[in-house]
Amino acid sequence: MSLNMARTGQTVRVVSIHAGRGLQSRLSALGIMPGVAVTVVTGSRRGPIVVAVKDSRVVLGRGMAQRIEVA
Amino acid sequence: MTPRITVALAGNPNSGKTTVFNNLTGCRQHVGNYPGVTVETKQGTCRWGDHVIHVVDLPGTYSLTAYSPEEVEARSFILEQQPDVVVNVVDASNIERNLYLTTQLLELKRPVIIALNMTDVARSRGIEFDLAKLSVLLGAPIVPIVGSRNEGTKELVAAIIRVATEGSPYHPRQVNYGREIEEEIRRIEATLPAEASDSRIPRRWVALQLLQGDSEIAPRVTVRTNEVVAASIAHLERVFGGSVETVMADRRYGFISGACQEAVRATAETRHSLSDAVDAVVTSGIFGLPLFLALMYVVFFLTFRVGGPATGLLSDAFGRLGALITAWWPSGVDTAVRDLLVEGVIGGVGGVLSLLPNVLLLFMAIAILEDSGYMARAAFIMDRFMHHIGLHGKSFIPLVLGFGCTVPAVMATRILENRRDRLTTMLVAPLMSCGARFAVYSLMIPAFFAPQWRAPVLWTIYLIGVLLALGAARLLRSTVLRGESVPLVMELPPYRMPTVRGVLIHMWERGGEYAKKAGTVILALSVVLWAMTTYPRIPADSRHAQRHVDAAVAFDSGVTTLHTMLNLPATSGALREELAPRVVSTTRGESAGAAKADVVQDEAERDRAGRFLALLGDVRTVRERLAEAEGARFENADGSAGRLLRQAAMARLSQLEHGQPDLFAAASYYLDEVEGPYVAAVEAADADEHTARLGNSVAGRIGRFLEPALTPLGFDWRIGTAFIGAMAAREAFIAQMNILFAVGGHRSSDELQGRLHHAYPPLTGFNIMLFLLIGSPCLPAVVVTYRESRSWKWPLMQIAGLTLAAYVTTLIVHSLGTVMGVGTTLGG
Repeated sequence: MSLNMARTGQTVRVVSIHAGRGLQSRLSALGIMPGVAVTVVTGSRRGPIVVAVKDSRVVLGRGMAQRIEVA
Repeated sequence: MTPRITVALAGNPNSGKTTVFNNLTGCRQHVGNYPGVTVETKQGTCRWGDHVIHVVDLPGTYSLTAYSPEEVEARSFILEQQPDVVVNVVDASNIERNLYLTTQLLELKRPVIIALNMTDVARSRGIEFDLAKLSVLLGAPIVPIVGSRNEGTKELVAAIIRVATEGSPYHPRQVNYGREIEEEIRRIEATLPAEASDSRIPRRWVALQLLQGDSEIAPRVTVRTNEVVAASIAHLERVFGGSVETVMADRRYGFISGACQEAVRATAETRHSLSDAVDAVVTSGIFGLPLFLALMYVVFFLTFRVGGPATGLLSDAFGRLGALITAWWPSGVDTAVRDLLVEGVIGGVGGVLSLLPNVLLLFMAIAILEDSGYMARAAFIMDRFMHHIGLHGKSFIPLVLGFGCTVPAVMATRILENRRDRLTTMLVAPLMSCGARFAVYSLMIPAFFAPQWRAPVLWTIYLIGVLLALGAARLLRSTVLRGESVPLVMELPPYRMPTVRGVLIHMWERGGEYAKKAGTVILALSVVLWAMTTYPRIPADSRHAQRHVDAAVAFDSGVTTLHTMLNLPATSGALREELAPRVVSTTRGESAGAAKADVVQDEAERDRAGRFLALLGDVRTVRERLAEAEGARFENADGSAGRLLRQAAMARLSQLEHGQPDLFAAASYYLDEVEGPYVAAVEAADADEHTARLGNSVAGRIGRFLEPALTPLGFDWRIGTAFIGAMAAREAFIAQMNILFAVGGHRSSDELQGRLHHAYPPLTGFNIMLFLLIGSPCLPAVVVTYRESRSWKWPLMQIAGLTLAAYVTTLIVHSLGTVMGVGTTLGG
């Protein structure tokens, strides 16, 4: 499923990211990359979401969250 | 000569880099923008003991790829300027993510010092560091600091000086990317010329960048190298079954977590507990938006209500300064210089400088919102809505500020990292009706519209501006500023208490720039605009002076008649003494040529004259009240307030008439037949001279030249000329109209409204507002857009685009209105 389907409070593992190189590298720098566990702090199917990764909180726009495949 | 040490300050956004910069450079810093780059870079110089340390604050970045201008800027500064030391500010409470940048900095082969910031926060959360071990593992000295309390700064400076003079005591460690990747790195390195064209750039780094598909480096190496790189990437992707970059990022995190496992012990994970609790409310679907709007209202209130009185005081002070200069100007000395000083310099620069309190307060509010971490939350809240027009949530903040003034709004776009977002927001910001436009609206709307229509018209104008801004943003995003809409990826920093020092420094940096601008560019432009409305001058017209003399003569003979009516000898001085100065002060014209008055002898004469003057004063007061009642006609919907005032005044007037009929007749005669015509004649003469002067000036000529183009919009040359003034500042439109319609500065706006009401139909009144809303932004806004976009291309495009949009919109409204016959009747 895509990340924006995950519920608030759920911890999921990133499987793949469908994005251009620039975005991938930016996400990597923020610690979001395949194999990493992220916890959804504020979930939303239609708007931006907040995830916890490593020791930080990251906002992902809806378009971004849709491109992150998680399990 | 004291040795000069150049220090580059690198680090993640929100790592406290700016605080460290302020601590290092202190209050005696000389801060300037690093020239010639797309991204703002601050630099400061400070003396520490025997050393002069020059600190360059690189843009905050999470990595050093070629994907964002900030990252390119940061890495090329380090490679090209070869700073003696790179100080990497690392947030101790989020160390693993922060060290990702460190691994890339180490690959640039410059001596790195890690400033481990917020160690107090980390310790309180149970994170313990073995700094000696971590230094060895990373191969860089680590200095623990607490930036917000200025702790560890001395130790950091000592480390900088030691590393700069003696070299780093540690052997820099590099990430090992694993056998397969390291093999390809060597293969690529082998194709690079042994004597690299630029010896400052490490060959391993070049190979690493090429493997990661760095589009900035690829064109700078040979075709053969690129072929080898392509083969390497293809090979590695087969091996890993995915992108090389991701594998490399993974290896970096592996290196970091290996180091942290040995040297960092976390006993509890509590970093976000409080922040998350606050965010549960602040970013929630229910409270998020109302709270955001409330905060925006507070910012507004602070900026324009609290700052308003200070702005008023400053603007009064500039007005008084102008008056003082006018009064002290020695007669006979060229008045052109005086006018330039008073009308051009003080008027223009003073107008901009008097907004300084507003600007400072605005930036203080923004600094608090930013430093506390709220700004990121606001962007989160508004993102859903702003997404529809192709912008991020963050763009909303500058747009809201645009309701106050376009200049700070454009400056506030700095909170947007993406250049396309920034430019789009900057270019549409003038469409938000600013405070100066509001002043124009409040002049125009009562002049043309009946009370029940005023609020809807005002609302419509504001709405048109907002809708056009949103539409224009969409248009820009799909044309000149097209581009893959970068999805929102933004760190939500933990809430922090902003420090007073940090907020004040922020406020002063930005506000100071505003003041500097007023002293330079705006000064020059004000002078130019003043000259345009003044030159070429026409020679003093003898007819103008003659009209003043004629008026004075008529006044004098009227006063003589008055003496007859009051049974006073024509030579009596009793009245002339009282009346002549009054007329002079009312018209500011030359003194009425009163005959030399005799000394008053007769007691009865004196008494009669005294009673007349007392009555005259009363009648004058009542008449003024009547005029006020006329004005109050518009104040409430049914005009009842005006009617009541009018009735009261009329009753008082007839009371005065019945009391002393003959004196009342004389007073009426004087006011209606003597003083009134005199004032009117002098004002008309001055008005004609003003109009002739302005018509002859460059601005007037342009106005006349533009008239054929303006006629289809229902505008005449006078409006065209005033538009030129409005380019300097919207408020100037009012001043220009006052001059054109020759309403002296001492008169109320009611008078100008009355004249406008008779001169133009309501449709034209509406279109004037429309044109001033959409048309070319004021000069300060244009200049600030130039400064912020660092190019003339954007402000020029903005001027052309908005002027065209204003013309077309106004043309459509005027044509439709004319065809449908809406608002075309001239006010009676």
